[in-house]
Amino acid sequence: MFHTASTTPEKLVQMVAALLLFAAVMGVILFVAGRLGGKKHEKWVGYLYLLPVVLMLTIGLVYPGLRTIYESFFDAAGKAFVGVDNYKTIFTDDDQLVVLRNTVFWVVLTPFLATGIGLLYAILVDKSRFESFAKALIFLPMSISFVAASVIWKFMYEYRPDQANVKQIGLINQIIVWLGGKPIQLLIESPLNTFLLIIVMIWIQAGFAMTVLSAAIKAIPDDIVEAARLDGVNAWTMFKNITVPSVRPTIVVVLTTIGIGTLKVFDVVRTMTGGNFKTSVVANEFYSQTFRADNQGLGAALAVLLFILVIPVVAYNIRQVRQSEAR
Amino acid sequence: MFGQPTSPRFRAVLAGSVSAGLIFGMAACGGSKGSDGTSGGSSASSIDCAPYTKFGDLKGKTVTIYTGIVTPEDTPHINSYKPFEQCTGVTVKYDGDKSFETQILVRAKAGNPPDLAIVPQPGLLKQLVATGKAVAAPAETEANVDKFWSKDWKAYGTVDGKFYAAPLGASVKSLVWYSPSDFKDGNYQIPTTLDELKALSDKMVADKKKPWCAGINSGDATGWPVTDWMEDWMLRLYGPETYDKWVNHQIPFNGPESTAALDAVGAYLKNPAYVNGGLGDVKSIASTTFQDAGLPILDGTCMMHRQASFYAANWPKDKKVAQDGDVFAFYLPGKDASTKPVLGGGEFVLSFADRPEVKAFQTFLSSDTWANLKAKQGSGWVSANKGLDQNNLTSPIDKLAASILADPKAQFRFDGSDQMPAAVGSDSFWKQATAWITGQDTKTTVDNIEKSWPK
Repeated sequence: MFHTASTTPEKLVQMVAALLLFAAVMGVILFVAGRLGGKKHEKWVGYLYLLPVVLMLTIGLVYPGLRTIYESFFDAAGKAFVGVDNYKTIFTDDDQLVVLRNTVFWVVLTPFLATGIGLLYAILVDKSRFESFAKALIFLPMSISFVAASVIWKFMYEYRPDQANVKQIGLINQIIVWLGGKPIQLLIESPLNTFLLIIVMIWIQAGFAMTVLSAAIKAIPDDIVEAARLDGVNAWTMFKNITVPSVRPTIVVVLTTIGIGTLKVFDVVRTMTGGNFKTSVVANEFYSQTFRADNQGLGAALAVLLFILVIPVVAYNIRQVRQSEAR
Repeated sequence: MFGQPTSPRFRAVLAGSVSAGLIFGMAACGGSKGSDGTSGGSSASSIDCAPYTKFGDLKGKTVTIYTGIVTPEDTPHINSYKPFEQCTGVTVKYDGDKSFETQILVRAKAGNPPDLAIVPQPGLLKQLVATGKAVAAPAETEANVDKFWSKDWKAYGTVDGKFYAAPLGASVKSLVWYSPSDFKDGNYQIPTTLDELKALSDKMVADKKKPWCAGINSGDATGWPVTDWMEDWMLRLYGPETYDKWVNHQIPFNGPESTAALDAVGAYLKNPAYVNGGLGDVKSIASTTFQDAGLPILDGTCMMHRQASFYAANWPKDKKVAQDGDVFAFYLPGKDASTKPVLGGGEFVLSFADRPEVKAFQTFLSSDTWANLKAKQGSGWVSANKGLDQNNLTSPIDKLAASILADPKAQFRFDGSDQMPAAVGSDSFWKQATAWITGQDTKTTVDNIEKSWPK
């Protein structure tokens, strides 16, 4: 039907064509909507505006989603029906169990540590002299892509043998050597390597948590804080009874947002270890199975599993966002 | 596998954006530049047009060729097509794509294949033919292949008894890199049998040297160099027939042959006395990238590194790769001096269209004419085409590779993991080989790979 663009001019032409098509569709909708003036048509105008979104979601999300669920019940080539065998593999195969274990580590550790660090940092620098500078420091990793951050940390963890004339080039191993230890193959020793990968994610996400939480802390009404001060509370009580309850909805939103991002983590694992040395997680395994091992069925099943895991977190996240907006 | 260096991606992106800008500027002048380019006058030599006239008048026709060979290796390819374009009037549109291996399947399945595809693996070739979109090679191409290639090579381009794809380039994997001067200083002789190789390694150990260095890290493809080692030993210990059976799973992966072959590799790679020169202990093989693994040879901290001919591109630019230079390679010997098994890789040209201009170009690519034109375009390329004049090759390592391929005693076998089903060849074999290096025993390793073989 369509010809795959192979040269730059062809690609540009296709891009322009796609943009024109989009503009044309929008033009038609706006034109029709403009004709449907008047109170009784209001509802229809609303539906009309929804139409492109619904259409695109159907083509781009609902259909592929249903198709993936369907494919997860088929074999590697996508030909023979195998029932729940793919799911059985995920929960019984040794390699896949390691994948699940790692995913649990990621999901349990990353959101809480990143949020905890972000919250603590936000409180510590709040109203201090160097607040904006201090915030910028921890916010910087947020602006780096996951892949770039992973490459940076790969160098941090780099290993060189303990041999004459061979110098360490990784910071962590150099510190170990300075302290009189022997260099460790940080990215190879399991399960240590998974935790080292999690640190990268925390490093990236703590800035996000800090920024959002800091804004929430600043929004705590001054009268509450002053009333507490007049009552003579100490820092801990202030934190426990005033700050945390006041920003609780924000904390939940931050936790769940990072949680969703962590469930889908792929870039960090793929860049740093490629899923080797027992560091794979569901999202990475899904990719490897589908595109490298040519096992469509298992890949689809892993994608469905990921989808199922994300749903409750997303639902909870949306509820919390609504609640905090309702105030 | 993985012969292409990865660094030129940035340059390709840069070139892409620069040319995008140029095209915006030139749009008013009309006419697109296309991918055939206009540079490179070095290929002005004209060729005999006779073999292509019988395909009729091809003037003004276009052939698209889709490949994973990208900048800078694409330029010699594009230039080598010029004489054909000049004599037939056909325009060849060259389309290089880093993600060729996944995209070609998508395009074939979607009914949007190119005219020709340069397929680097027989396994992928089979998958593509299975889509039903591929076209068998024309008789003229087949005649060229019968004339210029060995039976082994033709067999890899044949699916279910039907000949589809003519071989194009080749690489030799059964090579051991070494430093000629270190060998001279240590009074080491190039081994001619596997026993001599072992004896040489032991002699180096006795001289307080680490004989071998290795590295298998390669992103998510980590582990593949071990599969090459194992294939080389499988081929040497049990011969080509058993090797074929092993690759096609007519004998189990956890049978006595593979177990013994992997153990034989383990006698090198998992022997702390032998590895890992300049890089650490046995486990450091897993964390060292395959690109870095041979470099300790230059420091004298490692004596030998087993890697394919394409590793020539990894040596620093100021080092001379030659018999009398800083570094060179010798043929990984057979079990005895009389047999010459060669493990290697290569590409095949698969057609998805049977228009006359496509057939003509396919025939041109399978000819000795093209092989020699390509060889003149620069180093880093060899072919098993018997019509290739070795004097046209410029670099010593290319000459060595070509002479190994052209040896009448050579029994060429294609990289086994490239032929196995993807679930094994590009997944479990790599993963289990990596686990094996980091401590897993041989039996568990071969058992796990056998278990993963698609039923």
